[in-house]
Amino acid sequence: MSDTALLQLRHITKSFGSVQALTDVDFEVNAGEVMALVGDNGAGKSTLVKCIAGTHSADSGQILFEGREVHINGPKDAARLGIEVVYQDLALCDNLDVVQNMYLGREANRFQILNEATMEHHTAETLKSLAVTTIRSVRQTVATLSGGQRQSVAVARAVMWNSKLVILDEPTAALGVAQTEQVLALVRRLGEQGLAVILISHNLHDVFETADRITVLRLGRDIGVYERRQTSQQQVVEAITAGVPTKVAGIPTTAGVEQ
Amino acid sequence: MTTADVVGPDRAAPPPAPEEELPSGLAGVYARAWLNLRTGNLGPIPIIVGLVVVVLLFGLTATNFFTATNFVNLVNETAGTTMLAFGVVFVLLLGEIDLSIGYLAGIGALVVAELQLPGSSQHMNGILAMIIAVAVCAAIGGFQGSIIAFVGVPSFVVTLAGFLIWQGVILNKLQQRGTIIIQDRWINYTDSYGFSHLGGWLIAIVVSLLYPLAILYRRVSARGTHIAQQNWWAFAAKTGGIALVAFVTVIVSNHAKVITTSLGLPLSGVIIVFFFILLTFLAKSTTFGRHVYAVGGNAEAARRAGISVPRIRVLVFMISGATAGLGGIIFAAQVNSVALTFPPGNLLLNAIASAVIGGVSLFGGRGEVRGALLGAVLIGTLQNGLNTLNVSNGWIYIITGLVLLGAVTLDTFAVRLQARSGR
Repeated sequence: MSDTALLQLRHITKSFGSVQALTDVDFEVNAGEVMALVGDNGAGKSTLVKCIAGTHSADSGQILFEGREVHINGPKDAARLGIEVVYQDLALCDNLDVVQNMYLGREANRFQILNEATMEHHTAETLKSLAVTTIRSVRQTVATLSGGQRQSVAVARAVMWNSKLVILDEPTAALGVAQTEQVLALVRRLGEQGLAVILISHNLHDVFETADRITVLRLGRDIGVYERRQTSQQQVVEAITAGVPTKVAGIPTTAGVEQ
Repeated sequence: MTTADVVGPDRAAPPPAPEEELPSGLAGVYARAWLNLRTGNLGPIPIIVGLVVVVLLFGLTATNFFTATNFVNLVNETAGTTMLAFGVVFVLLLGEIDLSIGYLAGIGALVVAELQLPGSSQHMNGILAMIIAVAVCAAIGGFQGSIIAFVGVPSFVVTLAGFLIWQGVILNKLQQRGTIIIQDRWINYTDSYGFSHLGGWLIAIVVSLLYPLAILYRRVSARGTHIAQQNWWAFAAKTGGIALVAFVTVIVSNHAKVITTSLGLPLSGVIIVFFFILLTFLAKSTTFGRHVYAVGGNAEAARRAGISVPRIRVLVFMISGATAGLGGIIFAAQVNSVALTFPPGNLLLNAIASAVIGGVSLFGGRGEVRGALLGAVLIGTLQNGLNTLNVSNGWIYIITGLVLLGAVTLDTFAVRLQARSGR
């Protein structure tokens, strides 16, 4: 583990009643890096992300953000640190336009009176900075946007608030080929702009298109961290389906697949 | 309003409409109107057309409909329903319903009647009495809203219980006395006072200036940003239209007479316009209003965005209670009394029908305050016109029902057309 990691999780354990969801999980992500988090259904991806986002709190373990230990007890704590989550269902209001969705719950106002000009201006600027060029008008309602555009709006909303870490939950799950490409390009751009990105995905093609490193979870344990350039899809698939945590075997390497 | 500054290829999105870049100037107005018409983005146009048709129809068939005096009567008759319909808009925007408003209006009227009773121990100034009555109704609305927001009982059930409870309270209070006469002039003014001719002109000037001033303020505050602004021609047309309506209203009102007494611009109409502007501002230009639309559109998204959904729900039911109370006072002022027969006619259903005819969706998140005003005016005009034609009450209900059905059907088609054209 490097000392420069933006976010570090150490020995995270979480159980729901008798179900052990996470066991002694280590995880890290650097600024400017896209870290993929992969694993089969029930591997503990969502639980891990919820511990980072403050929806759950871990039973034991340490969370370090920018090198300091932090306690994230709710979504507001996470937002204060600069952690934003884009959930799979995007949480957009279809009846509101792009600007209104981008500022939902954080409207620019003076004495509770909305400042539309500021909001519209910054929305257009943010979309431009992320090279989201397919949205014709920021005053369109979100209902009229395509799936990829909606995803872009949700991501742009997460980025707009000076966030340092953006967590994307299955951002391409419901998209066609062309729109998937758009969103993946956007994810890469976030990394290039210096943000830390955690990408949760089932789709290894997407992961290998965008991620710098890949963390594999299996049955609530971390199997290992893989450098994307030095790894084949086959290796990752094996880790997902049959991987054994190397820590248990007492060999602390960055990657390990046991046949 | 379009900021077409972000244009690029999107293979998966529907091909951009060729008329996306609207020309400026007068041609732009035509282009936008045609685009809106084709894509079903009709706004208030159908209801305004309907209103014109109704007025022409009754003007030609009924002898005493198209008179200045009947116009003032119409305003005084419609004011109470309109006030209730304003509150209904906010409740419907959340995707909720408030069935208690009819009898809450009765509670408002009852409280005001009790408080102004001369010779009683609680006798007080009429204005103070009205403020207390509205506050009581807001508190009742807030109480009902709290049960909906915090306990999670559906609004239909909570307000149905309210419907029965407040009806019962009114029955208990009025069963022996029958009727309470309202003598306080301030209370009665809300549905009978007419301004002097000069007062009417001044109000028309103020109302005419409000819209252009608001738009100019927006332009000034948007300086330095690249925000698309409204077409100057559309702006001029709207400003002129509002001024025209305001001045014609005053001219007609100033001609209205009962025998030899001039009626003048009715205060009830001015109250309605005041609350129309106030509540439109609340809905469209404040964080609260934005959050109401957000909760109605996607409550879960609103919650995750940090909006306190229960707080919004309680506040909206307080608004609904307050407008019901005020509407009830206006109704009581119309007949200078509160009787066992209160609320008059189908107050609850007329108020909800007004909002729905005005394009407010029952499923939340879609609609505007102006819809309630237009819908209430359409229903009021229809019922007033049929009355002057001596049509029976049965037929009045049937025709009102058909208009409601027609308006909602048209709206459903328009929404479908909008969805198909991707706007």
